[in-house]
Amino acid sequence: MSAEETHQASAEVAARVERRWATIAVIIVVMMALLAAFAGIHRATMPQPRVETIDPSRIHLSGEFVESNLGSVLEANGTVTVRAIGQQYSFTPACIVVPADTPITLRATSADVVHGILIQATNVNTMLVPGYISEQLMRFTRTGDYLMPCQEFCSFGHEGMWGKVKVIDKAEFADRAKGGGRLSCVGQ
Amino acid sequence: MLVNKKLILAHFWLAFAVFGIALTLGAWQMFIRSPIGTWLSNPELYYRSLTAHGTVMGYVFPTLVAMGFGYAISEAALQQRLVGVRWAWAGFWLIVAGSIMAVIPIALGRASVLYTFYPPLIGNVFYYLGVVLVVVGSWIWVALMSVNLRVWRKAHPGAPVPLAMFANVAGSYLWAWTAVGAALELLLQIIPVAAGLKNTIDAGLARVFFSWTLHAIVYFWLMPTYIAYYTIVPRAIGGRIYSDSMARISFILFLVVAMPIGMHHTFADPQVGAGFKFIHSAFTALVALPTLLTVFTICASVEIAARLRGGRGMFGWIRALPWDNPMMLALAFSFVMLGFGGAGGLINMSYQLDASIHNTQWITGHFHLIFGGAIVIMYFAIAFDLWPHLTGRELIDVRLIRTQLWLWFIGMIVTTFPWHWVGILGMPRRMAYFDFGDPAIAPQALSVTLSAIGGFILLASGIMFIVILARGMRAPQVDAGPYRFALAVHQPATVPVALNTHALWVALMIGLTLTNYGYPILNLALSSGTSVPAVYVGAQ
Repeated sequence: MSAEETHQASAEVAARVERRWATIAVIIVVMMALLAAFAGIHRATMPQPRVETIDPSRIHLSGEFVESNLGSVLEANGTVTVRAIGQQYSFTPACIVVPADTPITLRATSADVVHGILIQATNVNTMLVPGYISEQLMRFTRTGDYLMPCQEFCSFGHEGMWGKVKVIDKAEFADRAKGGGRLSCVGQ
Repeated sequence: MLVNKKLILAHFWLAFAVFGIALTLGAWQMFIRSPIGTWLSNPELYYRSLTAHGTVMGYVFPTLVAMGFGYAISEAALQQRLVGVRWAWAGFWLIVAGSIMAVIPIALGRASVLYTFYPPLIGNVFYYLGVVLVVVGSWIWVALMSVNLRVWRKAHPGAPVPLAMFANVAGSYLWAWTAVGAALELLLQIIPVAAGLKNTIDAGLARVFFSWTLHAIVYFWLMPTYIAYYTIVPRAIGGRIYSDSMARISFILFLVVAMPIGMHHTFADPQVGAGFKFIHSAFTALVALPTLLTVFTICASVEIAARLRGGRGMFGWIRALPWDNPMMLALAFSFVMLGFGGAGGLINMSYQLDASIHNTQWITGHFHLIFGGAIVIMYFAIAFDLWPHLTGRELIDVRLIRTQLWLWFIGMIVTTFPWHWVGILGMPRRMAYFDFGDPAIAPQALSVTLSAIGGFILLASGIMFIVILARGMRAPQVDAGPYRFALAVHQPATVPVALNTHALWVALMIGLTLTNYGYPILNLALSSGTSVPAVYVGAQ
């Protein structure tokens, strides 16, 4: 075999090996996308799907996020809805109380700048963007106290913006919810 | 053939000078919020520092490196004097002017909005104008790269464009287009408010605009590193590029798919619906492809070098590599950090997993590992490799260079690994202070302390880097010979038009951006009632 032919043959080997690797790489990428789609559809695990807007300069006057409507409420179907707002530099309510082993819907928004809600040791994590409503579905299996820091820079007091989530026994929550109104654990 | 050495050196020196300042600020930030620092009584100082650190490291430093390296590639790879030298200097001085204009309001505490802007927080208008000037200066470079390639093509009709220049021009186009997102946010939304012409702003729309820039900018930072992987490393360690066409395909893929994926930064946002979030997630998976191809090609190229040096066996060849060569060391460190950082990146872009680490310290750890680690360590290697050709003097102390690279690698691992860990524990980002006395936060104190120590190791390495280059300016003179790039094993005599030109791929990049961003942007821009009052920073 001449040098020219050897060169040609080795070029073909190189190209073949490379194609094989490229194929594997493409399969990895496609698998990742398919897995995400499957988990999203089958297990309903996905980021917030819907866009809802709200005027932040009027939230304290009327509508869903007036002060008397903030906190946790036990719905007729047994689920719990939590409504909260973030503002420089605190959450209202600063302490959120919820029952364990219950489907919970968190609805929250911002009254001024961009904030974020993150409940430590869970995967509850959402942005609060003024003008828009954030919705997260959650369910706690363990009772106890969880820290809930603001996770987005919201100006100089950001490092002091920490809330709390108190997960209590389901029966205890039901008991406290009997009186109606909106529950929180502020001052407890 | 490097003619305009002064121009290239000016870019590198300014880049590394501002890098040194920002690195010092970074180390101070790590210290002050760790348990070994004492409570900073004025948290606003922390955010001033953070804004300066991010603005320099995100916009000024990598841009200057890409520009200086780009001019060097244009002259050395095309063997052609740079066309438009006066324009190049104009671009350089625009960046100087813009940086000064931006840094003054930051230093005065009038623009502590972080480099990611975060409207409706609004800082002093000169901060934003300064950033715009930096970007305009870099766009001159983009135009010059295109012009220089065109001049060369005219003189060499049909010839394959040298790989380094092909990649360099691809990187410049990527930057030109990805910067448009932040430019739109600044010009249409933020600057009118900062200048007092308007007092409301749509924060959701601004976040979508910024995501357009925020992800692909990382690939712009990455370009010089990938160009070094392909076209410097194999030459420096005595090997060949495994495949010239696969290299071109990788750069083309970066150009096309780095852009339409930025909304994976907005998974947790309420202003984007699930459909586009999923599309962007899937496209982000696609951007792993050019990196997977690159890892293969570079490992194969390195193996060629080892076998040429007499390496044998399935893995035995690894021992035959020139491990005392700084380029070999830098590449190995870069790949290790790229591996860990890339794996973390797959978690970030995941449609489901993102929620567990979004906006935690995990993210900060991730991009410091990728950018500060995998990318910047190759910036060092590029500078070491180019320096003798730019100064005509030898970098004599190879041992010091190796120590510097080792320290950077160790520092980056010590900084970012605990950083990832506390992120998993849910520690939020961008905090001037943590109450380590709180029993729920106390367990994170050790990790944060380790990170701070890593920060000081990095600072030491950064100082060594600048000392090495400065000493190189006064070392004995040497004739470094012409600057060369690596050749492929099968150096192509002709290259298909698709792998030799950019037009088709630029069109595809713009087209995909429009399909992936057009609807969400229009939808947000046309919906009324989502503009909110601006909150001015430092106005009191």
